[in-house]
Amino acid sequence: MVTEETSQEPPAFPAAAARAVRNPVLRANLRHATHTIRAKRAAAVAELSDWAELRAAGAAIKDHTLRHLDRYLERLETAVTAAGGQVHWAADAAEAGRIVTDLVRATGEREVVKVKSMATQEIELNEVLAEAGITAYETDLAELIVQLGEDRPSHILVPAIHRNRGEIRDIFRERMGRWGRPAPDGLTDSPAELAEAARLHLREKFLRAKVAISGANFMVAETGTLVVVESEGNGRMCLTLPETLISVVGIEKTVPDWRDLEVFLQLLPRSSTAERMNPYTSMWTGTSDRDGPRTFHLVLLDNGRTDALADPVGRQALRCIRCSACLNVCPVYERAGGHAYGSAYPGPIGAVLTPQLRGTGTPVDASLPYASSLCGACYEVCPVAIDIPRILVHLRERVVEGGPASVRGSRVVIKPARGHAAERAAMRAARWALDHPGVLRAGQRLAARTRRLHPDRLPGPGRAWTDSRALPAVPAESFRDWWQRTRGEAGAPGSGRTPDTGRGTA
Amino acid sequence: MSSRALIMGRIRRALADTPRAADPAAEPVARDYRRTHGDLDSAEAARLLAENLADYRAVVHRCDRAGLPELIGSLLAERGARTVIVPEGLPESWLSATGAEPVPDLAEDTPRVLDARDSVVTGCALAIAETGTLVLDGGPGQGRRRITLVPDHHICVVRVPEQVVCSVPQALARLDPTRPLTWISGPSATSDIELDRVEGVHGPRRLEVILVQDGPPAKEPPPGE
Repeated sequence: MVTEETSQEPPAFPAAAARAVRNPVLRANLRHATHTIRAKRAAAVAELSDWAELRAAGAAIKDHTLRHLDRYLERLETAVTAAGGQVHWAADAAEAGRIVTDLVRATGEREVVKVKSMATQEIELNEVLAEAGITAYETDLAELIVQLGEDRPSHILVPAIHRNRGEIRDIFRERMGRWGRPAPDGLTDSPAELAEAARLHLREKFLRAKVAISGANFMVAETGTLVVVESEGNGRMCLTLPETLISVVGIEKTVPDWRDLEVFLQLLPRSSTAERMNPYTSMWTGTSDRDGPRTFHLVLLDNGRTDALADPVGRQALRCIRCSACLNVCPVYERAGGHAYGSAYPGPIGAVLTPQLRGTGTPVDASLPYASSLCGACYEVCPVAIDIPRILVHLRERVVEGGPASVRGSRVVIKPARGHAAERAAMRAARWALDHPGVLRAGQRLAARTRRLHPDRLPGPGRAWTDSRALPAVPAESFRDWWQRTRGEAGAPGSGRTPDTGRGTA
Repeated sequence: MSSRALIMGRIRRALADTPRAADPAAEPVARDYRRTHGDLDSAEAARLLAENLADYRAVVHRCDRAGLPELIGSLLAERGARTVIVPEGLPESWLSATGAEPVPDLAEDTPRVLDARDSVVTGCALAIAETGTLVLDGGPGQGRRRITLVPDHHICVVRVPEQVVCSVPQALARLDPTRPLTWISGPSATSDIELDRVEGVHGPRRLEVILVQDGPPAKEPPPGE
């Protein structure tokens, strides 16, 4: 069951990734899907001559919001309340789960329909509701595939990206009947037929639903407006037909003004599904007299976001608009798949977000900053210019060296991780040698003289590093010795030659 | 301490070292992006709108005001619609040449009742050319959000040129955020199977857009198909 999977502590990234890369079906599915979307995204972005300016504005608006987050949240609360909504505050996942469970119980309903939402994945809301005897039906096609398959999501936009059409057909045939209307007889693996099967299966749930749970892509502080961007219409069904709507949204989803949407509604669809505009976008402000849910609850979620905010380097990860472009271009994600990242947020953004939201205390969270080759493709495609490689390096430093961090809102000093003692010792030795030129020279000469005796692989803890890399060969003569021999006197400082010439020939 | 106070306290501690103005408005954000992409006149904007709508599998028709009832009638007949939902404030003449039974959207109608309706005809608040988007705001002739969602066939009438804007920034400036808004760009679709786009999931699987030109007749004759 899903609950079993998630309650166990996930393995560190290298172990999980090693398992994933040995699965040829998974690798083929991921390769096919990510390559399909890459070229399309590039074309959709190329249509806008001012993409760079939009990207800069998107980053600037998010940074501005984060810098004044307390003020904008107050404004948002006032506006939502004035428009007829009720605002709740959840410091962590457990509190959010309790609030939502109580709200659903108060309606007397035992079933809810859900719009795909990363925040509710993050807080494992479905499992919490199940414990309270409430069934949550996922209505996004990919989430439905994951739920029916008792599986875990592996992509931000397309949680079932690890499944191909044949696997999806098998899941629908075997499992739909257990959750409601069974799959039509003779269902094939054509995507159109699979979409039709989902339409029929979910329609009866939409038509009888009294309570819906959603997230939101944006919340406008000025007006109290929430925005959900989607494709299938399941979002519209959930946001429009039920009597009660509960939206669980991370506090960083705030934007200051109505006008700011003009930037994000251009950046998000093109980065995400490579469309000029996604098929459906819903915007609602509190409740309306004659249209849609009569009761609206907004649950504002912290759950580690303020810890990320406390980190001057790491806080830019809170700009993220969950487009998933970084996943689709990442060579590591393409091979390892989303499950290896051990959280709701896979890929490059997950590798920088999860260790900030949850800390680096578990094996998987401490390993995430290393789940990257630092190639920089993620930064390049990010529509809000999050410098993911820089945060990765910053978090690696935190794992290795320890240092100050914020945990659950308190300033603490993180201890260095145990696994990196050899690396720290090597770095200390290097610093000492580089500070003592005599020692460095003696060491280099010794290494050059013994070069024929050097092994191909490192001994001891360095062994793993040379599993897939060759050790660089030591030259017969060090650069410093060569410099001294060929132009020693002339190149020496104070010899009368201009420093410029010296630098030029070096 | 309430969770609200707890979270606010965490935010203020997190930002303690960050210089910031007392009033966020004192720190405006640079907006060097364009208001529109390309300098389109109204005819060009309408053409681009039609092109982008069609690119995402909406079916686009053009006619003049006089030809509108007949066109709507023929589209409903072609579809075999027996019932058509009529939102409040839809001009009566629009459905004067249709054989389908017009039904209002009553507050007491359950979603199941709507599910048995064949089609719906609405106007819109505006349309965005650059993205091929229709925006409905629940104003006259548009109705509640659910009527353009549950039936499988939606005919949406756009008045050209006054309801067509070029870009997303122009659209937002004209919209009222206090109204429930639905942005529609083609019929319902999904990319959830192998990241490949497939049209037709929960929303109307057939979206027909009529660009109706005031004044002189449109360049193309109203399609009678």
